[in-house]
Amino acid sequence: MILFWVLAVIAVASALTVILHRNVVYCALALVVALLQVALMFAALDAHLIALLQVIVYAGAIVVLFLFVIMLLSLERDAPHPGRFGARAASIAVTVALAVELGVAALVSEPGAPAPPPADFGSARMVAERLFTVHLLPFELTSILLLVAMVGAVVMARRRA
Amino acid sequence: MVDLIISVALALVALVICLQVTVLLLWIERKGSALIQDRVGADRANLFGGLLPFNLGIVNTLMADPLKLLTKEDIVPAAADRLLHWLAPWLAVFPLFLTFAVVPFGDVLVVGRREINLQAVELSGGILFVLAMVSLGVYGVIVGGWASNSRYAFLGGVRGSAQMISYEIAMGLALVSVALTYGTLDLQEIARAQGRLMWGVVPAWGIFYQPIAFVLLFIAGIAESKRAPFDLPEAESELVAGFQTEYSGSKMSMFMMSDFIEVAIVAAITTTFFFGGWQVPYLYRDGFHLPGGLSVAVPSLVVTVLQIVSFFVKVFVFCWIQILIRWSLPRLRYDQLMAFGWKKLLPVGLANVTVSALLVLLLDGWTRT
Repeated sequence: MILFWVLAVIAVASALTVILHRNVVYCALALVVALLQVALMFAALDAHLIALLQVIVYAGAIVVLFLFVIMLLSLERDAPHPGRFGARAASIAVTVALAVELGVAALVSEPGAPAPPPADFGSARMVAERLFTVHLLPFELTSILLLVAMVGAVVMARRRA
Repeated sequence: MVDLIISVALALVALVICLQVTVLLLWIERKGSALIQDRVGADRANLFGGLLPFNLGIVNTLMADPLKLLTKEDIVPAAADRLLHWLAPWLAVFPLFLTFAVVPFGDVLVVGRREINLQAVELSGGILFVLAMVSLGVYGVIVGGWASNSRYAFLGGVRGSAQMISYEIAMGLALVSVALTYGTLDLQEIARAQGRLMWGVVPAWGIFYQPIAFVLLFIAGIAESKRAPFDLPEAESELVAGFQTEYSGSKMSMFMMSDFIEVAIVAAITTTFFFGGWQVPYLYRDGFHLPGGLSVAVPSLVVTVLQIVSFFVKVFVFCWIQILIRWSLPRLRYDQLMAFGWKKLLPVGLANVTVSALLVLLLDGWTRT
């Protein structure tokens, strides 16, 4: 429980840094910290596979690409970046909706001791078994989605070149 | 309580291995490069102002080099981002220290009735952990390059991020085929699985099952450690010293240390996945069992020592091969680097994974019988 609160406070603080800091590189690094905290939370919940994947995919690859793009565009340090009014209104609306949804979910759900997880919970073998049997269709659909996104990225890069 | 002490001791051992290998590599590389280039190499370090009639060689160089680096002035450029400039060397070194935690350096140490697994952390997702830590290592390069606020350092950082992202994929694919072969992600289990024999004679080392994955992993590993022929982030003939141009003294020595730890990690995981890890051929927990039917009983402690020695001999052989490669090959051009990673290594890696998966499926557990 202490561990959770430490992780949670750091995660929220770094998430706030991501959106409030004026220096884009600091924002990206704060995002890494936030993602690592979430990975540690997964690990604390015995979801070791998800924790490691979180580090490899998000902290290790995606934010590195963010930083790469930030550096290539060489954005002005300390440049203010005002959003358009519509974008701001939309983001506020989405945030409020998410907060309400989470609040309702927390209120409705039954508090109480959850059932103890099975022995090999969170191991690669168990996740794979569930993924390739019960959740096969969503899994395959996701792979098609990723393929479409990849082809789309290549097409757009071609057009611009 | 005893368990806690053992855990702490194992973690310390992993850390000490890391540091010792680094310091030894520093000397091996200086002397090795001299050997390759027909120079004498580091021979000036001597105790008592050169009064000794002989050169203590390794000992002196081991003390002189770190002392010199650690006592030099720490210069931070005026326009640098001070916080990130300070943070970058730590970001470079820290994940690499952690990587050694999952590498097994022996089978078990038997003390009384207790069997201690010679691996700092038993992790069921060991391969993924290695991949995760290696992928975090890139932040030192990027942040160091950016925070220095110098064009050379900046270009080095950008190059480093692109290169490490690209070669991580080849590395990941090589590790996928390794995981397919052994059916596990735990490094200790992989090392144990290599103790069996093929046809009763040849040790069942990974190199015989996954030769292509070995080549992929070794090349991608050298690229990840940013050493020639993949040293574009440093590229001293173009970028002064790349991402570490604006670093001096102890901070620069940390970047140097991360370089050597990466060499050791590449050697260690190559050894673990493809060359039996700590296995000594025909040596089992109770002694040697040679294929002819000859058996020699060996005390358990001696077995453990032999295994640890075997692990380090293999690791140093692969460290030496990397040093040999570094001082023999010229640097790739940037487009060659990218083309090689994406157009050669990636398709080969994908094909290797596909073929391995098919074989595992057809032969039903191939190595697991």
